[in-house]
Amino acid sequence: MSDYLSDFASLFSQYDVLGAFWVNIQLTFWAAIGSMVLGSVLALMRISPAASMRAVGAGYVTLIRNTPLTIILVFLVLGVWSQLTISFSDDFNRNFFVYAVIGLSIYHAAFVCEAIRSGVNTVPAGQAEAARAIGLSFLPAARLIIFPQALRGAITPLGNTLIALTKNTTVAAAASVTEISALMKTMIEFRPDVIIAVFLTVALGFVIIVIPVGLLTTWLSQKLAVRR
Amino acid sequence: MKYGKPMTLAALAATTALTLTACGGNDDGGGESSGGDGGDSVRIGIKYDQPGLGFKDGEEYTGFDVDVAKYVANELGYSEDQIEWVESPSANRENMLSNGQVDMIFATYSITDQRKESVGFAGPYFVAGQDLLVSQDNTDIKGPEDLEGKNLCSVTGSTSAQKIKDEYAGTVNLVEQGGYADCVTMLGSGGVDAVTTDDIILAGLAATDANSGKFKVVGNPFTEEKYGVGIPKDSDRCQAINDAITKMIDDGAWEDAVTKNTEGADYKYNEDLNPPTPDACA
Amino acid sequence: MSTSVLFDVQGPRAKRVTMILNVVAVLLVAALAWVVLQKLGEQGQLEPAKWSALFTERTWGNFLIPGLVSTLQAAALAVVGSVLFGLLFGLGRLSGLWILRAVCTVVVEFFRAVPVLVMMIFFYLGLARTGLVQPSETPFWAVIIALILYNGSVIAELVRSGVYQLPKGQREAGLAVGLTPSQTLRSILLPQALTAMLPSLVSQFVVILKDTALGYIITYPELLASARRLGSGDGNILQTLLLAAVVFMVINSVLTFSAGRLSRLLSYRTSGKTKPLHEAAEGGKTG
Repeated sequence: MSDYLSDFASLFSQYDVLGAFWVNIQLTFWAAIGSMVLGSVLALMRISPAASMRAVGAGYVTLIRNTPLTIILVFLVLGVWSQLTISFSDDFNRNFFVYAVIGLSIYHAAFVCEAIRSGVNTVPAGQAEAARAIGLSFLPAARLIIFPQALRGAITPLGNTLIALTKNTTVAAAASVTEISALMKTMIEFRPDVIIAVFLTVALGFVIIVIPVGLLTTWLSQKLAVRR
Repeated sequence: MKYGKPMTLAALAATTALTLTACGGNDDGGGESSGGDGGDSVRIGIKYDQPGLGFKDGEEYTGFDVDVAKYVANELGYSEDQIEWVESPSANRENMLSNGQVDMIFATYSITDQRKESVGFAGPYFVAGQDLLVSQDNTDIKGPEDLEGKNLCSVTGSTSAQKIKDEYAGTVNLVEQGGYADCVTMLGSGGVDAVTTDDIILAGLAATDANSGKFKVVGNPFTEEKYGVGIPKDSDRCQAINDAITKMIDDGAWEDAVTKNTEGADYKYNEDLNPPTPDACA
Repeated sequence: MSTSVLFDVQGPRAKRVTMILNVVAVLLVAALAWVVLQKLGEQGQLEPAKWSALFTERTWGNFLIPGLVSTLQAAALAVVGSVLFGLLFGLGRLSGLWILRAVCTVVVEFFRAVPVLVMMIFFYLGLARTGLVQPSETPFWAVIIALILYNGSVIAELVRSGVYQLPKGQREAGLAVGLTPSQTLRSILLPQALTAMLPSLVSQFVVILKDTALGYIITYPELLASARRLGSGDGNILQTLLLAAVVFMVINSVLTFSAGRLSRLLSYRTSGKTKPLHEAAEGGKTG
C-alpha cells in the first residue's frame, strides 16, 4: 500500500499535474469573461426591437448549441489559424491558448444568452411598462431596469453554465493546448500501474473546483433573489 | 419449474448482455477458427485510418500493411475472403493479442523489448524511422536539426511528439493535433513547416489523391522503428510468417507494395535497413 | 415577461434606421465572407473536387452512414442507461432513509462534477486492463459508461427537482386521502414529475448525442471519427468535418424542436412546469 502511495507521489514530480490544472483554470477564467460579454450582447439582440437582430441572435444560439464543441475548436485551429493564417500572439503556444478561449467563449455564449433570457422572463412586465412610462427607450430601459434584475434571476443557470465551462476546458486539447485531460492520457499511457489514482486525482481536482462554484451560485441566487 | 423465477431473471440478464454485446460491432464473430492453420478464417488486426498503410473504405482495405498481411495470410493457407479484418488502434494492440481477439496484427507495430514481454513478434517486414514531411519546394529543412524556430505538427500524445518534446524542446514550435491528416492540411496551407512521424506513414498521407505531388518526405530518418507482425505469445506461426515475408521480399511483391502505396509522395525507403531480414524466432 | 412590452412598435423613422443598419450589416458580413472565401481559394480549399466528393455514394455509404449508425447506437444505449440510472438515483435522493439519500447524493454530485472526457479516457484505458470486454469493444463501452454516469446524474437531479417543483397541494392531497408518503410519491407525484420533465429529458438527449462526438478521441468509430477518416484518405478533412458538423446540427435541431413541441403538448397533463429547463439551466452539456 505504501509502495503504491510512493509510486503515486512520484507522478507529481514526473508530471506537472498542478500546472495542467492551472491551465484549465485560466481557460475557464478568460472564457467565462468572453462568453459573458458575447452572451449578453446576444441576449440583448434577442429582446431587441429590430426583427433582424432577433433573428441573428436566435440563429446563433440554434447553430452553436447544436454543434459539438470539439468540432468548433478543430475548425478554429484547422480552418481559421492554418487556412486564414490569423494569429493572436507572437508566442506560438499562447496563440493556441487564445484560440481555445475564443472557441470556448463562442460555444458557451449561446448558453449564457439563453440563461440571461430566462432571467429576463423572471422580470415582471410591470417593470418594463414602468420604464417606458417614465420615457426610457429600449437601450436605457434594458440597461437600467431589465438587465440588473434579469441577471439576478439568471444566477442559477449562469452558475451551471460556468460549471459546464469548467469541465469543457478539457476539450481544449483539440486546440493543441496541454491541459489536464491530455496530461491524464499521457500519465495513464506511461504509468498504467497507478491508473486508478490518476483518475481519482483528476476527478477530485474537478470536484474541488466545481463544488464551491455550485455552492456559491446557490448562495448568491438566494441572496440576490428579488422578492416578488 | 421450481426455479422458474430466478431462471427467468438469469435468462433475461443473459439476453440483455448478449444484446448489449451485439451492439458493440461483431468483431468477435468466427471465433471457432482461432486454432490451427487452414481453418475457415483468420483474424488480422490493422489500422483503419492510416492511408497508405491500413485504410478501410467500405468493404475495401488498402495500404502497405494490408498488402503484406494478404500475402502472408495467403502463404499460411488463407485466401483473401477468409481474412477477417479487425481494427486495432495503437492503445489496444497488446490486449487484442493476449485476449485472443486477433491472430495477427499488421498495424505499424514497432518491435520493442517492452512489448515483447506481453506479445510475440514475427518479422520485421519493414524498418521505418521518424522523419519529416515538408512541401515539395522546401529546400532548407533536411533533418530535425533544421527545425529551429520552425513550426512542426504531430499527433497529441504520440511517441513522435514526445520525442520532439524531449530532444528539441524550446527550439521547435510543436502543434499537437487530433490526427495526421489535420497536420497535413496545416502543412498544405503553410501553417506549419513540417509534419513528423514514421517516414512510411508520412509517405502514405502524401500519396493520397488530393495531396499527391505536393509534399515530400525529407528522407533523413532519425529513429529506427522495426515494424513487426504481432502474434500471441504462445503462437507457433512465427517461423511460417517469417518465411512468407522472406518470400515476399525475394519475389518482388514487397517492393511493388511499397511503390504502389507511396506513389506521388516522392518517397524512398531507407535502403541501409530495407528490405529487412526477419529476426530469428524465439 | 413577454419581450413585446420592452419597446414601442417601431415608427417610420426607427424602421428606416433599422433598414439602413440591416443593409450595412449585410454588406459587412458579405465583405467578410468574400475575404474569407478569397483566402480559402488561395489555399486551394475551394477546389470543386474537394467539395463534390462530399456528395457521392461512397462518402455516405462507406463512411458517414456507418459513422452515424455508431453514433446513434451509442446515444440510444446511453439514453436508456441514463434514464434508468437517473430514476434509480433520483428516487434514492428522495428516499426516507438518510443513509441512502446521502450515498445517492454523493454519487450524483461526483459524476456531475467530473468531465465526461476524463471519464471516457479512464474507462477506455482502464477497461482494457480488466479484460472484462473484448479489446475492440472498449471504446464503445467507455463511451456508453461515461455518458450514462454523467447524464444519469443530471437526470437524477431532474427527477428530484421535478418532484420538488410540483405544487405542495399535490402531496398534501395525497396524504390527506390516506396514502402513505411513499404511495403518494409513487402514484401522485412521480407520474406528474416525469411528464413534466419529459421535454428536459429530450433536451438532455441532445447533450448525449453531442457528447458521443468525444468518442473519436478514444477511437470510437462514430460520425466525427468517420468524417476524419474520410478526410484523411482523400485529403479534404476541412470539408468532411464541415459535413459532419452539419449532420450533427440537423439531428440536434430536430431533437430540440421536438422538445419544444412536446412541452406544449404535455403542459395540460401535469401540474408541474413542462418548459424544458433549457440545457443552460441544468448545465447539462459538454463537447
